[in-house]
Amino acid sequence: MTDTAADLLAGSRRALARAITAVENDAPEAEAILRAVHPHTGGAHVIGVTGPPGAGKSTLTDHIAKAFRAAGERVGIVAVDPSSPFSGGAILGDRIRMGDLALDPGVFIRSMASRGSLGGLARHAADAAALMDAAGMGVVLVETVGVGQSEVDIARAADTTVVVLVPGQGDGVQAIKAGILEIADIFAINKADRDGVPQLEAELNAVLDLAERRPAWRPPVLRTVAKTGDGVAELAENIVRHLAHLRESGGLESRRLARAEAELLARLEEGLRRRVVAAALPPERLAALAARVVRREADPYTLTAELLAECFAG
Amino acid sequence: MKRIRVLVTKPGLDGHDRGAKVVARAFRDAGFEVIYTGLRQTPEMIAETALQEDVDVIGLSLLSGAHNTIFPRLISELKARGLEDLLLIGGGVIPEGDIPSLKAMGVAEIFTPGTPTGKIVDFVAARAG
Repeated sequence: MTDTAADLLAGSRRALARAITAVENDAPEAEAILRAVHPHTGGAHVIGVTGPPGAGKSTLTDHIAKAFRAAGERVGIVAVDPSSPFSGGAILGDRIRMGDLALDPGVFIRSMASRGSLGGLARHAADAAALMDAAGMGVVLVETVGVGQSEVDIARAADTTVVVLVPGQGDGVQAIKAGILEIADIFAINKADRDGVPQLEAELNAVLDLAERRPAWRPPVLRTVAKTGDGVAELAENIVRHLAHLRESGGLESRRLARAEAELLARLEEGLRRRVVAAALPPERLAALAARVVRREADPYTLTAELLAECFAG
Repeated sequence: MKRIRVLVTKPGLDGHDRGAKVVARAFRDAGFEVIYTGLRQTPEMIAETALQEDVDVIGLSLLSGAHNTIFPRLISELKARGLEDLLLIGGGVIPEGDIPSLKAMGVAEIFTPGTPTGKIVDFVAARAG
């Protein structure tokens, strides 16, 4: 076992921090660390918190963390903010809303930049959550800006997904378009002291009741005011109730099976892609093939088939 | 892929954060990942955040005149966590006469008002890259 993994399992916060860095950088030692901690994962309740920018996710995450701390749980938080598409840099500001948690020894917060990598964010965030799980966190909150496919992928890696919405940001159809209805286990209408709450609530409920199949769990639509903490206790209760429901209904196992399948396939895809590129597709050849496609001398379908045949012949 | 991670933070009771934000923005535009904590951080909070975020650099914005108190306390909190090798820099209203003693205790560089942001970025890139 690597020293970092052993130290992490022994409770070193420094080792946990370094392990997350290794995973995030796709460093050579990352795989060995993940392999070593894997038997010690699966115990944490992973909760995704997602929603549009400015909805109050960080403040709400701070409150949810405190509610679980009050119940005696150790809490990990992975807070994802976007990287600049221009410089690749990022300003990660979620800690501004989590100041009170900074010195709680039962809390570990890690800010993560999306880095715009091809689907890598979801894997990095899930791996960071797994490392926190192995380090003994009973609850891991993964907070992301809910726009786009990678955020949906992150939600898939959670046991319970809380979608945070605010009144006055478009009608319920916007929520359907964004694809967030399907991923929500719980809706929190935050900033519920503002106008437009009953309308948003009615729209969400109407859309939820349009579902053809009656699901065993109908996502509750809750009101919160993250600034004051109003409604947070009820939100935390519903999160706990959702996990209990998943356990009783067998949903937890089926979700985790689906997640394991997706993870195996994703890792396989990435490994294959890396191998094929290394074996047959150096940058010059890729550029030459791309030029042929653009000049209509070749088509991408035939070229792909030829490359695969070249790599896996015999 | 590795990226330089910088903690930009403001200790104490001073509420002027424009300088810290300008520097944070310059770091982001240079491709660094900046963890921005906002105001009123204690040395203990800063050291603990640096540990959890596994940063390469801590940048402290100080306009309150408390630099001769804050830096030694931060350095001792960092040492307690085994983080004394982090690159520690400061910026703000800090008298020239105080800089040598701050450097002697382990602050890598102090950037006073009027410093072009590019100079700070270059320093960090050279020392932490």
